[in-house]
Amino acid sequence: MSILIIAEHQQGLLANSVLHLVTAARLLGDDLHVLLLGDQLTEVATQVSAIHGVTKVRLAEHRTLATGLLDGVDKQVASWCDGYSHCVMAATTMGKDLLPRVAARLGVEMISDITAIEGHDTFLRPIYAGNAIAKVASSAPIKVMTVRTSAFAAAGAQTATVAIERLPVAEVHCRTRLIERQAVQSTRPDLAAARVVVSGGRALGSKAQFALIEALADKLGGAVGASRAAVDAGYVTNDLQVGQTGKVVAPDLYIAVGISGAIQHLAGMKESKVIVAINKDSDAPIFQVADYGLVGDLFSVLPALTAKL
Amino acid sequence: MKLLVAIKRVVDYNVKIRVKGDGSDVELANLKMGINPFCEIAVEEGVRLREAGVANELVVVTFGPEAAAEQLRHALALGADRACHYVTSETLTPFTVARALQKVCELEQPDLVLLGKQAIDSDNNQVAQMLAALTDWPLATFASAVRLVADELQVTREIDGGFETLGMALPALVSVDLRLNEPRFASLPNIMKAKRKPLESAPFAALAVEPAHHTHLLGVMAPPARRAGIRVGSVDELVDKLKHEAKVL
Repeated sequence: MSILIIAEHQQGLLANSVLHLVTAARLLGDDLHVLLLGDQLTEVATQVSAIHGVTKVRLAEHRTLATGLLDGVDKQVASWCDGYSHCVMAATTMGKDLLPRVAARLGVEMISDITAIEGHDTFLRPIYAGNAIAKVASSAPIKVMTVRTSAFAAAGAQTATVAIERLPVAEVHCRTRLIERQAVQSTRPDLAAARVVVSGGRALGSKAQFALIEALADKLGGAVGASRAAVDAGYVTNDLQVGQTGKVVAPDLYIAVGISGAIQHLAGMKESKVIVAINKDSDAPIFQVADYGLVGDLFSVLPALTAKL
Repeated sequence: MKLLVAIKRVVDYNVKIRVKGDGSDVELANLKMGINPFCEIAVEEGVRLREAGVANELVVVTFGPEAAAEQLRHALALGADRACHYVTSETLTPFTVARALQKVCELEQPDLVLLGKQAIDSDNNQVAQMLAALTDWPLATFASAVRLVADELQVTREIDGGFETLGMALPALVSVDLRLNEPRFASLPNIMKAKRKPLESAPFAALAVEPAHHTHLLGVMAPPARRAGIRVGSVDELVDKLKHEAKVL
């Protein structure tokens, strides 16, 4: 049986998450079809066909699909799932939004945010903010699931010839209109894919002082993250929030500065390879997961650390 | 306009849960329970729309054990007008909940349904999306602002890398994110008043939704523990450890 991977892309560039999805999908089967939704997809299709393991690219091109609005799209996607054993998507905003709709259209239960694949029907996923891992089996005729991309390595490249199929797209009945969309501009690496993440919390005190975090991140070529408190206080935009309800990251190095380490924050970063905590409260829970802890005032530690790198 | 808000009784968000010794599930006996934080935000938004005169009725619904009536009473104390409790001791999956909510939507005919974006116990983030597919109503997930402009529901959503604002015709569905609002506390007089508000109770079976059984919980385990870390005394020592011991610099 074949696996259907729904890939995301932006401005002609394939999302990094697809590489990780392909690795996960290869644990399920050998015939991997990647579905792209949008318009004028030829270039993105070429990028997909260069991923090791992909056997077919399916293009659904339509102006409405290029808007990114999902109303009615789920119905079309469900119709393209026929004959697949699995349908997977990254647990991104779009994957979380689209895939449950597709599952419901297909009349099956779905599995969210899987972190390991133990067999074609058995998966692990974190529950209770990552404080427990559930092992679940699915008997659904098609297994629909989102994948936590940080739990799977990126797939490599291939030069194989891959079939490209253009799907007929019916007029999408979309009752939702886009009034405004604003993307946060950043020159830093993507938070979810960065090798190094430097995160700041409430203790930074102000938006201006949050620049200390950014300086350290830039020195390390890393991404900037934040706790909920820092986002709520307006130091950074909400797309940088790391945690149970924000982004889940697993970089090689995670530096948490002025973050106490609430359960909800730990859920988003405790799979990082090396965790460094800088906090003036030596009892802060973040020290329980930190490989290296430094108790001290971040306003003196941060500039010193940045200077020494 | 009539509002429907779905709520879930979950373990309090501050409780650090433990896995049962036999690995069958998490230990939930004698833990502090409450309204799922996202559901509380949905209730608050409903109450605000009610207070602003946008809505004239706010109904809250839950599917859960007898004890979940506490959470419905709490929602009534926050400002809901009426509550419906479909009692079940079974753990329902998102697809079953969505199909049950579809039935409730047929019974109640709401113009707008507000739901939390995810429950903090199962962390699925599925119910609102599944309900959208089943009702075939437009949905805005992860809402951080909701307003009615003329007859159009305008919802600002939190998305990867920014935000977007959608316009939708009613009836519609909204799943709420953290930053939509700050839920109020229930005042003592309102808690007293809530005791006299209507709370209808019926067995879950009354909705005639046969639970789906596609997903089977085989077991629950504790996450792998991290190796104990060390405290360093200075920035120099930290840099040295990161370079030579952890080799991440």
